[in-house]
Amino acid sequence: MNHRVKTISGLRRMRQSLQSSRDGGRRSLAVCAGTGCQACGARDVVEALKKIHRDLDLESKIEIRATGCHGFCERGPLVVIRPEMICYMNVKPEDASEILTATVLQGRVIDHLLYEDPSTKEKIVHEHDIPFYKFQRRVVFGSNGKIDPKEIDDYIAIGGYQGLEKVLSSIKPEGVIDIIKRSGLRGRGGGGFPAGLKWETCRKAGGREKFVICNADEGDPGAYMDRSLLEGNPHSVIEGMIIGAYAIGAEEGYVYVRNEYPLAVENLRLAIEQAKEYGLLGQNILGSGLNLNIRINRGGGAFVCGESTALMASLEGRVGEPRAKYIHTVEQGLWDQPTNLNNVETWANVPIIIHQGAEWFASLGTEGSKGTKIFSLVGKINNTGLVEVEMGISLRKIIFEIGGGIPGGKRFKAVQTGGPSGGCLPENLLDLPVDFDRLQEAGSMMGSGGMIVMDEDNCMVDMARYFVRFLQEESCGKCTPCREGLDQMAEILNRICEGEGRSQDLGLLEDLSQTMIDTSLCGLGLTAPNPVLSTLRYFGEEYETHIKEKKCPARFCRELISFSIDPEKCTGCGACVKVCPVEAIIGEKKKVHQLDEEKCVKCRGCYEACKFDAVLIQ
Amino acid sequence: MSNTFSLKRRKGFEKPMQVDTNQICEIIEKHGYQSSALIGILQDIQERMNYLPRKALLHVSRSLDIPLTNIYEVATFYKAFSLEPKGRHTLQVCLGTACHVRGGARILSYLENLLEVKAGGTTKDLSFTLESVNCLGACALGPVMVIDRKYFGRIHIDKIEPILKKYRDK
Repeated sequence: MNHRVKTISGLRRMRQSLQSSRDGGRRSLAVCAGTGCQACGARDVVEALKKIHRDLDLESKIEIRATGCHGFCERGPLVVIRPEMICYMNVKPEDASEILTATVLQGRVIDHLLYEDPSTKEKIVHEHDIPFYKFQRRVVFGSNGKIDPKEIDDYIAIGGYQGLEKVLSSIKPEGVIDIIKRSGLRGRGGGGFPAGLKWETCRKAGGREKFVICNADEGDPGAYMDRSLLEGNPHSVIEGMIIGAYAIGAEEGYVYVRNEYPLAVENLRLAIEQAKEYGLLGQNILGSGLNLNIRINRGGGAFVCGESTALMASLEGRVGEPRAKYIHTVEQGLWDQPTNLNNVETWANVPIIIHQGAEWFASLGTEGSKGTKIFSLVGKINNTGLVEVEMGISLRKIIFEIGGGIPGGKRFKAVQTGGPSGGCLPENLLDLPVDFDRLQEAGSMMGSGGMIVMDEDNCMVDMARYFVRFLQEESCGKCTPCREGLDQMAEILNRICEGEGRSQDLGLLEDLSQTMIDTSLCGLGLTAPNPVLSTLRYFGEEYETHIKEKKCPARFCRELISFSIDPEKCTGCGACVKVCPVEAIIGEKKKVHQLDEEKCVKCRGCYEACKFDAVLIQ
Repeated sequence: MSNTFSLKRRKGFEKPMQVDTNQICEIIEKHGYQSSALIGILQDIQERMNYLPRKALLHVSRSLDIPLTNIYEVATFYKAFSLEPKGRHTLQVCLGTACHVRGGARILSYLENLLEVKAGGTTKDLSFTLESVNCLGACALGPVMVIDRKYFGRIHIDKIEPILKKYRDK
């Protein structure tokens, strides 16, 4: 069947007919089928629901939709029933029949699948009343729960491609750039460069042809919002790119996506095909004369390719090494032609800004940071997941109100933002607002949106070592300060963690950091010292304890701790014996066990397996 | 980078897979004989054959007129590529920040002890290749272990052995 829409008004008519055929009366049931929920068995839940849906012939009563990520990954698989917004959590395939018969047919809410407030034990029925969702502002991410990412009609029916419609029918390219500039949108990939300015420079640059690129090489460990957007709402990114291409004057687009994200690649590929079929991509889009083709390139697993010049080198089929940027990529980028690169979240913001207006967008957020930002709230936190908040909200509100605080009654120690380029912020900075400039002043950065929470059991020297080792492995090796500087830093930090630290080491770390900041070629090296500098600044005493007393205050660093068994508490259950990979624990059943320190590799298996707290760490 | 530039076959490995040049041609053709598609071509070969056999790389070099050194430069730069045959099952342990703070490194060192192989290596019986990866984006489930793209979330040291058992003889 030919679905091609040839005119702008044709798209409008198509949306209207889609909307009227899906009148608001019919209920829908959305199962989150993002990667997180799939790992918890969401596919089986969908299958079970669909089977019973068929058996009971519920076609006219409710439709079942497998959607992208809803964000509350901690409690997956999630099921949401609209229009009431009844939210069920940790759903298993066995629950399918009860959901359809009790809730859908009889209107009865199932108690044991509801969210329970950990402190008051009160059950909460509706999604928007759950604290995790209540304090969010889901502008970009909100549509994820409403649409099946594999169906372009779903996106069009909720108002998708309306921004494109508006742009093609009534706004000149310069006008589009003006709107983006007035909105105050800054790049969501880390640097926070004003998007409108970038577009304008690219439009004005001369060249044979121009390119738009979507950077989906989300390499920051602990960040996965771009993946969830691509998986859950790929058309919003495509629409953003078409609008960008129109404004800039590009006819070719690329999405550079991590190979580790198979579902995102699949959904994006399907979305591009469907958009082509509808005439929203390809030649003469909606009869406007605009041409754009979008291609997908899968990354090769190199973190440095998230850097714009390295990414473009990789697109050209070469080794992903950055180059010096005295000539900007907006003037000479891919194949030496003017190229505009934005990340996934930035592109996904564009259609919303066009549709709702620059003034509306600029009314959200702070003076220097407009709109919202999606964070992946992970680590030692009760409500792990993706949260979208208005810029300017405090870290405390995100961690304690949305995130529900630290599990197990442990004490908050630090929050890490900005990935390997960011820093660790301590408790006394929790009231800091989320804002590009304020985070940078504090020695961290917004980054792409990873927010990793740490408790008293995490060692900050080890955290610095972790990031330095990560970057040491990922440094491409082209420039000396980054390649050698990270090697030296890793050696020093390793020494400190192993109890061999020297008194002059801290000064040496600071010197090395400054040299790298002054002389590295690309953003990777320039920001690599941030994790070290921020932990030195806020957790200096932990370094001192490692060096002077040879102790790890968090009892984490392997070389500085030892394991033993408390004979008073050991019941002889044998759980530790089973997990020990080196047979360092011996003892008869129901008698006190002994741990041989000589053999022990300090893997912590026994500590985690013991239900009686009989394994001691000193 | 993680790949070692070694063309010698490791002891204990079976004969390398026969390289079917038709398959390689097919892959190159799919990418339209474009030298800019080199990474995509190598990804497809890696996916089909589980590693990049030297013969295949020679074929790519001749077909696209790219010097073999350039191909090796790319093949050793990106983590996704391996110049040695991999095990029947790929076992990845996530060391992203979220998994790290929840003990991902301990899971890896436990597996290294258990399988008697370092991260990046393949067990002698070719059943597993153990890899560490930097964030799989399943942070809510950390620590995460992945076997052949199947995710095992909130993994505990005492849960590992029963899981591996299911894969060992397959």
